[in-house]
Amino acid sequence: MSGQPAQTPAPYVSPGPQTTAFEVLERTTSAFSFYGVLARFVQWLERSGRTLVIALPFLWLGLFFLAPFLIVLKLSFSETVLAVPPYAPLVAWLEENGLSYLTVRLNLSNYILLFEDSLYVRAFLNSLRISAVATFLTLCVALPLANAMSRAPERWRALLLMMVILPFWTSFLIRVYAWIGILKPEGILNAVLIGLGVISEPLTILNTDIAVYIGIVYSYLPFMVLPIYASFEKMDPSLIEAAVDLGSPPIKAFWTITVRIALPGIIAGCLLVFIPAAGEFVIPDLLGGSETLMIGRTLWLEFFNNRDWPLASAVAIVLLAALTVPIVLFQRHQARRGSEDGAA
Amino acid sequence: MKSGFTPATVLALTCGFAFLYLPILLLVAFSFNESRLVTVWGGFSLKWYGEMLRNRQLMDAAWVTVRIGLVSASLALVLGTLAGVTLARFTRFPGRTVFSGLVFAPLVMPEVITGLSLLLLFVSLGWARGFWTVAVAHTTFASAYVAVIVQSRLLTFDIILEEAAMDLGASPLKTFFVITLPVIAPALISGWLLAFTLSLDDLVIASFTTGPGATTLPMRIYSQVRLGVTPEINAVSTVLIGFVTLGVITATLIQKRRFAEGQKRKA
Amino acid sequence: MPAPDPPPAPASEARLPAEPWNDPKATPLIKIRNVIKRFDGFVAVDDVWLDIYKGEFFSLLGPSGCGKTTLLRLLAGFEQPTSGTIEIDGVDMAGVPPHRRPVNMMFQSYALFPHMTVEQNVGFGLKQEHVPRREISRRVGEMLELVQLADLGRRRPHQLSGGQKQRVALARALIKRPKLLLLDEPLGALDRRLREQTQFELVNIQETLGLTFIIVTHDQDEAMTVSTRIAIMDRGRTVQVGTPGEIYEYPNSLYVAGFVGDVNVFEGRVVEAGKDHVTVRSPESGCDIYTDRGIDAVPGQEAYAAIRPEKIEIGKAPPADARFNCVTGRVFDIAYLGSLSTYHVRLATGEVVKVSAANRSRLVERPITWEDQVWLWWPPSASVVLLS
Repeated sequence: MSGQPAQTPAPYVSPGPQTTAFEVLERTTSAFSFYGVLARFVQWLERSGRTLVIALPFLWLGLFFLAPFLIVLKLSFSETVLAVPPYAPLVAWLEENGLSYLTVRLNLSNYILLFEDSLYVRAFLNSLRISAVATFLTLCVALPLANAMSRAPERWRALLLMMVILPFWTSFLIRVYAWIGILKPEGILNAVLIGLGVISEPLTILNTDIAVYIGIVYSYLPFMVLPIYASFEKMDPSLIEAAVDLGSPPIKAFWTITVRIALPGIIAGCLLVFIPAAGEFVIPDLLGGSETLMIGRTLWLEFFNNRDWPLASAVAIVLLAALTVPIVLFQRHQARRGSEDGAA
Repeated sequence: MKSGFTPATVLALTCGFAFLYLPILLLVAFSFNESRLVTVWGGFSLKWYGEMLRNRQLMDAAWVTVRIGLVSASLALVLGTLAGVTLARFTRFPGRTVFSGLVFAPLVMPEVITGLSLLLLFVSLGWARGFWTVAVAHTTFASAYVAVIVQSRLLTFDIILEEAAMDLGASPLKTFFVITLPVIAPALISGWLLAFTLSLDDLVIASFTTGPGATTLPMRIYSQVRLGVTPEINAVSTVLIGFVTLGVITATLIQKRRFAEGQKRKA
Repeated sequence: MPAPDPPPAPASEARLPAEPWNDPKATPLIKIRNVIKRFDGFVAVDDVWLDIYKGEFFSLLGPSGCGKTTLLRLLAGFEQPTSGTIEIDGVDMAGVPPHRRPVNMMFQSYALFPHMTVEQNVGFGLKQEHVPRREISRRVGEMLELVQLADLGRRRPHQLSGGQKQRVALARALIKRPKLLLLDEPLGALDRRLREQTQFELVNIQETLGLTFIIVTHDQDEAMTVSTRIAIMDRGRTVQVGTPGEIYEYPNSLYVAGFVGDVNVFEGRVVEAGKDHVTVRSPESGCDIYTDRGIDAVPGQEAYAAIRPEKIEIGKAPPADARFNCVTGRVFDIAYLGSLSTYHVRLATGEVVKVSAANRSRLVERPITWEDQVWLWWPPSASVVLLS
């Protein structure tokens, strides 16, 4: 796909069969026939192919991903009204003394409310705390699993990898739902523990933070395992052998060599868990209790239950601002990964 | 450290996979439970599947969901492939940083934000909410996943194959269709499947962007789940899990065959 | 850089009776003029100037990173020169995309399409030209016959051995009868024995079909075996262009002398230089080195005398005339290679000289052994004087 559509190829046109199909098509059919048009279209496609390839997804994502954020930003400065749609316009023509003015009314009350009402502040801090703890717990589960997978015999690895990915493909909602049946007071876990005589009274796990942790670890485990496994697997096993040979105990070698080298993968995994978990709605809603305030759920409630669209928008903006740093970190990692693999 | 099973790795694998699979297996098992109680095994029964099939609302929702999935997965495949090609091949063009940001951000963006912002867009555009708004929303975030899959496949794709085809007289466009696409086809298949399941799966974004007459299956399941665990939902879940497992295994087998070819080629 | 004046042609072993590069009236098939290729400030190809004639088997020889593969890719059209022109058969190739060039390439990794059979791979080029299907299958059959793969047509690349893949790649590149075939390290992935066998097959095919080949290699033996002419490359430049014999016998620099074959170098100063002789005084050797081939130099100028190890005689007694081209030292190492032995002789000055001698008698009867005092001498025609 040539980058310079203006540069027509030099006059070298080899005789006979070396011409392309499109040239033949064009020559043998009149410009107005179907094939003539087709040939012209294909030629145009070849010349402007690169631009098209870039422009189509660019425009789509610009319209349906970037532009909506600007609208959210705008709406977060609007006033709530009882109407359809339930917000006042930000920019309006104001008629006064026979003159009309363009007025822009920036309404900061949504943000002020967010920072003054301890409910929202707590919800934010809670979200960050819960997703940070859950990310750490996920890492604790993922590290030994990824390590064991990368040490498994080679012909097993593809199967193990598929087994990690498979749950990710099954419905998120269903997987969270599965834990309700396990964790509830009369659920399977309590039945088993009481049956074994470990406890006599059912434990209250469902509708607590612990249930939310379990839900996040369970749902996001593949996101953590995959990048870590990828870095472990790429690593030359003789590095560990060299470290052990030089006198490092295997456990220490694992931390100083394996984990150190896999650090980019570990960071990517942590970001992949932390960012969506902080905005999670389904898990706290189904597994958490009424005190488990998380910001994603707050946004949902403001939107669906209170129909306060501007406040919900303000919540979204603040959440986005809080997640900017980890998101940018993640982008950097992705971009770097791309260029590294490209060079290799 | 030879690769192989040691007691420690076996333990880690067993515990890890038990954690991943036990909840799903229990859910599947209890969908065949005669009793309505989750903890009491009342004997094998298919009655909840019958209930499920008789539930008009559930079946309608399933049909809507599948249609949305088909449309958005196919659109996402096209857009995501273009975006993946751009990321992997065009290293220099104005706005590349913005572009890669736009592609990667939906992967980690909390769903509530994506959902809310798309809804507000549709409201300001004056679009009637329903089937198509959900499909567009799903296309948008699923194409990011397709793009990542296509990009990483293209990064390992030997560009020399394309050069060889052009050297033998194939034009760049023809090379893309005759060489590149067939070789990366398994990645495209898994990209499509992933986009389809993501769409099938989504509750949050669909809840925001849907309108009358376009209630999806996850929304139905969610509204029932809030009322408690029911064997009927277990049955629906089992059917969904079955479909997805079948699809993933098929896709993996296709890829594995190609992979094996690739391995032998290298050897 | 223009090719240096060719030395008086020695009795050449060229297969072609004609040597078009010595014929001022011959028109080159490929004209490379002042070609420069820069990548991000790095100069990969630096002012290359080459003429290649129809029917040649031309080698680009050099270490990795010397720009030889880039030059090949410029010819194929995968890269565009930063400046300079490339003409193939009288047509300027500027802006002509790879798929419109009368050139085909055999890739180092073979680049066989994994999703196509051997037949489909070989027929791919003809299919692009919309040759009728029967014609394609006939020519594919012929081509597979030529590379001795007639019964493997339905296999896929992953079912082939390395040598078979190499043949498929060759057949695929040859089927369009390109005016020019480019081969990028075509034998690099084969083991030694297969490589030697394939070298001769390549030459046979090239002569049978009467095509022009340009081959990139870092293996000097390969280049010497197959080429009509060789261009030695270093850091993007061609340092010498000539027949294998010229390159070996009359290298124009220490770089070339050292790159092709083994060489002993004595550093010194020119004592006397004429049209048909040069004398170099080298403190390292302890004697004057007399060469019967003149160079353009002035007395006192720094110079190097280069002598191939197999051109030096070794003996336990001094030769009759020991005024010139004769040194003495002690054997400190002997490498026994079967057909010949290499003696490492340390001179009184500390310099080590390598001498190789055919083992005409059996090892046990070897007359020269470790620590022996030996004399080394060579005729005036054995050495070359180089200025750089």
